[in-house]
Amino acid sequence: MGMTLAEKIIAQKTGRSQVEPGEIVIAKVDCAMMDDILGPRVQIADELKRLNKSIWNPSKVVVISDHYFPAATVKQAEIVAFTRKWTQEYNIENYFEGIGPCHQILAEKGFCLPNSLLVGTDSHTCTAGAFGCFGTGIGSTEMLGVLITGEIWLRVPETIKINWEGNLSNGVMAKDVILKTIGDLGHAGATYKVIEFCGSAVRSMPIDERMCLTNMAVEAGAKTGLIEADKTVYEYLQATGRANFDEPLRSDPDAIYCREINYNASELVPQIACPHEVDNVKSVEEVSGLSLDQAYLGSCTGGRLNDLAVAANILKNRKVAFNCRLLVSPASHDIWLKAAQTGILQTLAEAGAVILAPTCGACLGVHSGVIASGERCISSTNRNFTGRMGSREAEVYLASPATVAASALEGRIADPRQYM
Amino acid sequence: MADFIIRGRALKFGDNINTDLISPARYMELSYKEIAAHAMEGADLDFVKKLRPGDIIVAGRNFGSGSSRETAPIALKYAGVGAVIADFFARIFYRNAINIGLPVFESSAASLINEGDELEVDALTGVIRNITQKSEYRALALPQHIIELIKAGGLIGYLESKFRRDQYASSNDTF
Repeated sequence: MGMTLAEKIIAQKTGRSQVEPGEIVIAKVDCAMMDDILGPRVQIADELKRLNKSIWNPSKVVVISDHYFPAATVKQAEIVAFTRKWTQEYNIENYFEGIGPCHQILAEKGFCLPNSLLVGTDSHTCTAGAFGCFGTGIGSTEMLGVLITGEIWLRVPETIKINWEGNLSNGVMAKDVILKTIGDLGHAGATYKVIEFCGSAVRSMPIDERMCLTNMAVEAGAKTGLIEADKTVYEYLQATGRANFDEPLRSDPDAIYCREINYNASELVPQIACPHEVDNVKSVEEVSGLSLDQAYLGSCTGGRLNDLAVAANILKNRKVAFNCRLLVSPASHDIWLKAAQTGILQTLAEAGAVILAPTCGACLGVHSGVIASGERCISSTNRNFTGRMGSREAEVYLASPATVAASALEGRIADPRQYM
Repeated sequence: MADFIIRGRALKFGDNINTDLISPARYMELSYKEIAAHAMEGADLDFVKKLRPGDIIVAGRNFGSGSSRETAPIALKYAGVGAVIADFFARIFYRNAINIGLPVFESSAASLINEGDELEVDALTGVIRNITQKSEYRALALPQHIIELIKAGGLIGYLESKFRRDQYASSNDTF
């Protein structure tokens, strides 16, 4: 019987030739990632000591301080310091601090490998699926179990096939693709399932755009979002120095999907998720004109080099509206440098943007650009829940970097296609 | 195996109570006790004031969606919530709740329960008795080993007692 990509990866990690959806299996973990906010400080450090256990394989553990960097309070600073010291105590060499949100760093450092199983204490660990890597978010206590045993129990998920064929129009991005998909699936439409993104529109996307798709799979409740690894992935990994990996697995032609949805990419127009749910999706046109106080470009969803380049093209020789502040947080130190070297940051700054550190900060409302009650923000991030970016009386609209840039220019929600 | 019965008053919520509402990120840098003082604040500012120890949250679809933050079930447990009943849960929250020892029950009867109803949940059989309305509903029963795990205070307590048993067993072997 044919298997999906997700089933094949799980089968391989359990040392079996075949698994079926619904089965509970114990799988071997290839990479265990912790961040600062939900890493060692929550349950893990104390309990590991109390149980008097060591870490199964420190070289497979990655720790990234990203949520509380740069720290806004003494408590945040202490959490980062604690995380750093903990990695030293346990001889974890893969510790990164202040160079960007964990999912981007995992990719850049070559930890997202095709056919591998990656777990992380952050729900957006599914981002790794862009590399044909089964990445999934877990809790801190569960991570403690992984750290001791190197294994995790998983229920083999069913797979939903999302097929985008054709070419996207100018001004329409991966963010629009994923928002449209989530709007149709609903925020629990893929709970306990995997989303596999297929079709010519997906295959023609660069890695930066693919990572935006898989990053938001969890916003439909999915365990992960997967894309078959191909030449684009191989070239990216080669550049990180990780070119030696196994032949990427692929879904069989007769694999069984629990659901299939087909889209024509050329028909898609810019999309926007309205408050306070990610599946409350409309076309940008439907809400255009709503006034804004802040526009935010950044995060593991929408702060990659391609995102910044698209925004810079729109903002070149123009100025951000007086009523709206534009904050830009490149998704990594590496992206920050490349954007500086290519003049992108200068273009954005000349348009009036404030360039921030690479951080999770404002996306989850803990520092670097939180919003006040009554304020409205358009953001290239992944969640618009009540209180997500600050006050519970504020509103967050999620859209593509192009829509964020066009909206910052006008100081109100605007369709980017007129600026392309 | 001993019974595992949870008794408490129902506190009602709607659909999609996500983890940002249960445990807002701005309090996550604080201690568990302080995080718990702000439990459910995103959905109801007065929740902690209203809550009596052992009260049962009764909610709709997709409870606990969003972030993988374990501080969400931790906030509820430390605030004194006895259990959560919902139509269904988001995946990571469900695992986290069990792992930290917060009983969670899936039941399509959640909408039949009113705010303030006195409830009694039998974890082993999955029967929810509504004492106020004098009615009974079904929830997904929890398997015995999950009940043992919850009773041990969560996965860590469970593993600890298992490690101790294994140690005891192996020390017996040597004799």
